[in-house]
Amino acid sequence: MSINNSDKQKIVVVGNGMVGHHFIDQLVKNGGGDYQIVTFAEESRLAYDRVMLTSYFTGNTADDLALTTPDAYDEQGVEYHVNQQVVGIDRGAKTVETASGDIISYDKLVLSTGSFPFVPPVPGKDQPHIHVYRTLDDLDQIAESAQSSKIGVVIGGGLLGLEAANAIKQLGLTTHVVEFAPRLMAVQLDQGGGDLLRQKIEALGVSVHTEKNTLEIVAGQDCRYRMNFADGSFLETDIIVFSAGIRPQDHLARINDITLGERGGIAIDDQCVTSDPDIYAIGECALWDNKIFGLIAPGYAMAKAAVSHLTGGDKTFKGADMSTKLKLLGVEVASIGDAHGNTPKSQSYSFIDSATGVYKKIVMSRDGKILLGAVLVGDSNDYGQWLQLALNSIELSHPPEYLLLPAMDGEMSSAGTGIDALPPAAQICSCYDVSKQALCDAVAGGAHDIAALKSCTEAGTGCGGCVPLVTQVLNSELAKLGVSVDHSLCRHFEYSRAELFDIVRVKKIKTFEGLISECGQGDGCEICKPVAASMFASLWNDHVLNDELVGLQDTNDNFLGNMQKDGTYSIVPRIPAGEITPEHLILIGEIAKEYNLYTKITGGQRIDLFGAQLHQLPPIWQRLVDAGLETGHAYGKSLRTVKSCVGNNWCRYGVQDSTGMAIILENRYRGVRSPHKVKMAVSGCARECAEAQSKDFGVIATDNGWNLYVAGNGGMRPRHGDLFASDIDDQTLLRYIDIIFMFYVRTADRLQRTSVWMENLEGGLDYLKEVVINDKLSINDELLAQMAHLKDTYQCEWKTTIEDPQKLKRFSHFINSDKADDNVTFITVRDQINPSDKFALATEL
Amino acid sequence: MIDKTTWFDICPLSDIPKNTGVCADFNGQQVAIFHLNLTQGCHQNGQGSAVKAVDNFDPFARANILSRGLITETDQAYFVASPLLKQQFCLDSGLCQQDESISIATYQARIADGVVQLRA
Repeated sequence: MSINNSDKQKIVVVGNGMVGHHFIDQLVKNGGGDYQIVTFAEESRLAYDRVMLTSYFTGNTADDLALTTPDAYDEQGVEYHVNQQVVGIDRGAKTVETASGDIISYDKLVLSTGSFPFVPPVPGKDQPHIHVYRTLDDLDQIAESAQSSKIGVVIGGGLLGLEAANAIKQLGLTTHVVEFAPRLMAVQLDQGGGDLLRQKIEALGVSVHTEKNTLEIVAGQDCRYRMNFADGSFLETDIIVFSAGIRPQDHLARINDITLGERGGIAIDDQCVTSDPDIYAIGECALWDNKIFGLIAPGYAMAKAAVSHLTGGDKTFKGADMSTKLKLLGVEVASIGDAHGNTPKSQSYSFIDSATGVYKKIVMSRDGKILLGAVLVGDSNDYGQWLQLALNSIELSHPPEYLLLPAMDGEMSSAGTGIDALPPAAQICSCYDVSKQALCDAVAGGAHDIAALKSCTEAGTGCGGCVPLVTQVLNSELAKLGVSVDHSLCRHFEYSRAELFDIVRVKKIKTFEGLISECGQGDGCEICKPVAASMFASLWNDHVLNDELVGLQDTNDNFLGNMQKDGTYSIVPRIPAGEITPEHLILIGEIAKEYNLYTKITGGQRIDLFGAQLHQLPPIWQRLVDAGLETGHAYGKSLRTVKSCVGNNWCRYGVQDSTGMAIILENRYRGVRSPHKVKMAVSGCARECAEAQSKDFGVIATDNGWNLYVAGNGGMRPRHGDLFASDIDDQTLLRYIDIIFMFYVRTADRLQRTSVWMENLEGGLDYLKEVVINDKLSINDELLAQMAHLKDTYQCEWKTTIEDPQKLKRFSHFINSDKADDNVTFITVRDQINPSDKFALATEL
Repeated sequence: MIDKTTWFDICPLSDIPKNTGVCADFNGQQVAIFHLNLTQGCHQNGQGSAVKAVDNFDPFARANILSRGLITETDQAYFVASPLLKQQFCLDSGLCQQDESISIATYQARIADGVVQLRA
């Protein structure tokens, strides 16, 4: 709790939803330490991502969805109260009263109370297993109901209703959607779009009932309830979820005579100030120009305007575009501007491809030159471009029908609809309000790739929908700056790693000389040689110390060990999943003792032996190999370890055999060379003790199978993995990892970890899913065969080496003497050897 | 006293895989010898095999490891990249590419009848 400091203005924020939190976040960032902030949350949690609510059923936890934490608020000096409703305001005394009777004073009050789900007054609505869909608590209750249910009905076929239907379907229930209007998403779509959406959703097994007015909910015969409709028909169901729209949560304002709109909503001006100059209202509870804005971007814009007013800035809220693009039940849907053609004398054009299930409609100005609105179902790729055309009233240089037709080579690019036609002020990222100008400035300031641009402007880091446009801005600006986008690997090859990989693969090149004569020049360097070695290994899997390959290997691969600062090596036998017998443990101990090696347990659940000199490596490995141990590839840019918890064999919480799966994975992918090192982990339950979400491939057990996360990272730039698939079985898990792993090997840049690869992948996670799950590129068979080849040709590199006298010649310090390097000396620190230099000495405290 | 005119046999060339190095004990001095196998034929040594010799001691890492470095080429000049901190040393001049105030000793090396020889 923060100290009451009378110098500071005290800001009380009622409601800690997404918008309330954004206000606090912006005020902390822009207001310095000038404000004392107090916030009240009616829910049991601080702000979380309500837009992603449905993902709660597909693997995201409440923590994943959280937008802030108690610790973060503590650090920022924000005082917070959860489970605490504000019930009254005394505007004269400038205080608020909580449900538990506390009185808190304020200098400025911010109402961000959001909205509540509207439940029509249907008789029978107040019974068990009848829910609304708004909070995590609602979802918990729906999930609990689902356990004793077979059929679920969502009342309301709008955006949120379809989200709710998706959730019910995820829970494994037979799902129905009941809609009062003649079509789904009546607010956003026209009849044509609504019809196509219906077809697509029904094809997924969700029944849609339109023009149904629910009269009453009574006891059912086969199910818990029966819904009787006005037209005499009925539907039996076990669960009902109401999603019939939202209403602004304006009660506090209402009882305190703050001006409301005729149909509710707290009236605000452009600064988000209500009729009381000391009270702001933002988000879904606020009414601007008689409009409620039920989307997140306008809510954020209001929060920014309120912060700006408070801190003496001049940012205002001037309404917001309500265009949206989303994926409902896997179907892409988008609506832009005047989708219904309400503008006088506007003209509509539409395009239907019933074969692939695509519907597009555009609403044009009377002269057919300005795009006013659009509807997209089944394929929303045009959204970004069209939204910009509409928002900026850009005059089309071609007749409107050109917009609807599938792109023809070169034709469209000259239609004047390119990124260069957009004015500098055009908002490219609506989540974070990033303009084209801001992106151009960032590119000029040195952000020359998409990852850099994202991290310095935040563009594309919200919903991600604008990434294709951001990429276009980037490419166009780079071209203007005269920065030719040079993908050359190094001075010897004018190709990117991915291009070289294709050349090596297609032309079956197996030597560096072959690669140079095919497409390079000179004799190679520290960049291209290890890249070539890695590509040859990923494709052909020949022993890395073969005569033709040994000169290409980087420091560690060169002698199959990790070189330490004094030129000695560390030795890491593979211990799949960290499971080791006492015999192997003793052997490792005996070797360490005999050779006087420094011993340390690694972060990857194995044992590292330090201080072995070059000539000691073969005899040490001989003993390890004889005992059945093999190389751990700790030296390779390849799979390192698959970390795991003990799983359901021992743990009382475990739901799957995580150790068993980790061993399967480690033995399947051991030795697979890749652009950079690859780490995996398997957790046996949602407690995630193996920290799988910080790995390149993370697997977390569920009651029904496995959740697969990809592109996580620890280290310098931590990144949580993206949930790629949920509740998949063993075979699907291996198949997906095979394909993603090989796709990464093929397409990543040199030394690019999966996290950065993913961030630079155009289309991101969705694109990767298309490639892997739907075989969009028709390369999956090839990738699977490639991985199978690597698995079949696996060899323990150390076993092969100690069996080959020619290879062993290199493992001696001198070529012409049996002497050891007398420069390698050790001192004793904490009962073990350490390199004898000043750095090691300093650790003795 | 070190004889500066005599060539000393070190090892057969076949003991050094092409485009790698080894370390030789040369009168108590550690010398890194590299077996260059040039593909481009534009180097003064012409196409085929050549040997180069420099100190094995890496002055930055202060360890005897240069023989285990990667051979690199820039504009037909050849370097060894330290396997520890990656500084590059010219195999002809011993000069460090990243810091011209640092250089390492070079030695004369040749292939005679398939045998690698050194001279101080």
